[in-house]
Amino acid sequence: MNATRDKTSPPEARLLAVTSILGYGFPEDALRRGMDADPHMIGADAGSTDPGPYYLGAGIPFCSRLALKRDTRLMLLAAVPRGIPVVISTCGGAGGEPHLQMMAELVREIAREEKLDFKLALIHAEQDKAFLKKQLAAGKVKPASRRPPLTVEQIDGAERIVGLMGPEPFVRAMDSGAQVILAGRATDPSIWAAGAARAGLPPEMGWYAGKMLECGAEPAAPKRDGCLLARVYTDYIDLEPTNPEQSCTKLSVANFALHENPSAIHHYEPGGMLDTEGCTFEQLTDRIVRVRGMKWHQADVYTVKMEGVQRVGFRAISMLATRDPVLIAGIDDYLQRVRAIVAEKSHNFGVPEDGYKLSIRAYGLNGVMGEREPRTTTQAHELSFILEVLAPTQEVANAVVAIARTTTLHADFPGRMCKEGNMGIPFSPADVELGASYEFTVYHIVDADDPYHLFPIEYADVKGQS
Amino acid sequence: MTVIRELASVCKSKNAGPFEVTIDVIFSSDELFERVLSTGILSAALFAKLYKVEESQVLFMPYPPARAFKATLPRLIPAGAFDDRDVYGAQQHAPILEVDIPD
Repeated sequence: MNATRDKTSPPEARLLAVTSILGYGFPEDALRRGMDADPHMIGADAGSTDPGPYYLGAGIPFCSRLALKRDTRLMLLAAVPRGIPVVISTCGGAGGEPHLQMMAELVREIAREEKLDFKLALIHAEQDKAFLKKQLAAGKVKPASRRPPLTVEQIDGAERIVGLMGPEPFVRAMDSGAQVILAGRATDPSIWAAGAARAGLPPEMGWYAGKMLECGAEPAAPKRDGCLLARVYTDYIDLEPTNPEQSCTKLSVANFALHENPSAIHHYEPGGMLDTEGCTFEQLTDRIVRVRGMKWHQADVYTVKMEGVQRVGFRAISMLATRDPVLIAGIDDYLQRVRAIVAEKSHNFGVPEDGYKLSIRAYGLNGVMGEREPRTTTQAHELSFILEVLAPTQEVANAVVAIARTTTLHADFPGRMCKEGNMGIPFSPADVELGASYEFTVYHIVDADDPYHLFPIEYADVKGQS
Repeated sequence: MTVIRELASVCKSKNAGPFEVTIDVIFSSDELFERVLSTGILSAALFAKLYKVEESQVLFMPYPPARAFKATLPRLIPAGAFDDRDVYGAQQHAPILEVDIPD
């Protein structure tokens, strides 16, 4: 069950993505059908920046431990006894060291409970700030997503910085006999590019397969939880969902090239760029699509994208809603008045106006789009508000949100008849501490000396039977 | 004139990293896609106007294999930072729904 094969047969890699994100859940039947195809590797990308900066900063996963354990247990039981590598990347959702250690502990727990033995590889992705500063000084750092240039202060101020590894460390870990590979932050398609590379397949095939497999069965329709099987060959890839309720169609596969990418055509990855301009799609069966024509442009310099977050304070929020038509008609003035009273009262207990930030989202008016909301008036018969306060300490955030809540509840307004209170408040306690708050600060591309040295691999023999 | 939500099969937005949002408009037939393409109404300039950014900040492309138009533009507030409204960027498609396409 190894991707190294008989030299006389054409290379092939059967790669099974079990889910879009580890911990999101997948049907057991879809996994079983995928395993019937005798894959060379099964895996899941466990992470994303999508849930925001908090999880990288706080070092905790955005999926629950219960859900992570359920998905991981099914993967290990399906693959380990058959000697098929199980690869999980961006462990814990953000891929920092605490996320990786949490998953390592969880995997060891499953091994004990299920009496499984395997060689475990942990691939670390947290970065050394001294190395980043050295590269910055040498002019070897450039911004991603039109960010401003990186600064030494941002490197120093970051709570945690991870590098997005490419396929090379995964190939090395599999070649070393690791059966279960847990990795920190990686680019979403990397593990699949690794699975294809091990079979001797060209990089464009592995990267394209990875772009399709990175979100499980998302390139299939209708949208359901399921698994996706890619059969990767030298000059084409066949994509098939293993949930029988789903099909890959030419359009569902082509559409997925749009997903979360700035460009549908040019996909930048460590070591090069995948170009899908020339891709053609063929409906092989009613459930399988064949794709060919992708290209890989090797970069001159091997680069790694870095993600880092900085702690910017502490937050507290409160939720309220009004059903009062007079208040709704004058809502802009009312919220201005609320802000002024909050500033005065906060000042009275020692918090100056520049000692906190207050955001008021008015759902029904501009709650979702904020400054980008094209409509400036509302016909809503009720409006809901989330008050958000960011402050240097939790105590100040809690104090200001509490005064903002009571002010929103009780402040006067012209024509007011509801003299006992302006707001319905759905909870007691009314305010919620959100704890430490983070922002993405590092989102930059760094020249790496090689594909491996930023991502050290650690091996362990896990003995669940003894 | 017909608004896009009566012509498109999919109109969606999503983060492309924490600092950019990408908006995809997909049509159910090649004919509809070609018709909308030929009007030139979906363009970098349109997205710049609707989303309050400079045109040079918009990456715009038609993508015929998916019968799609794609625009990627900067977020006004990075994902998850103070006062962000939409951490996943999944609800920023609405202004496109109301865009008129000539018959």
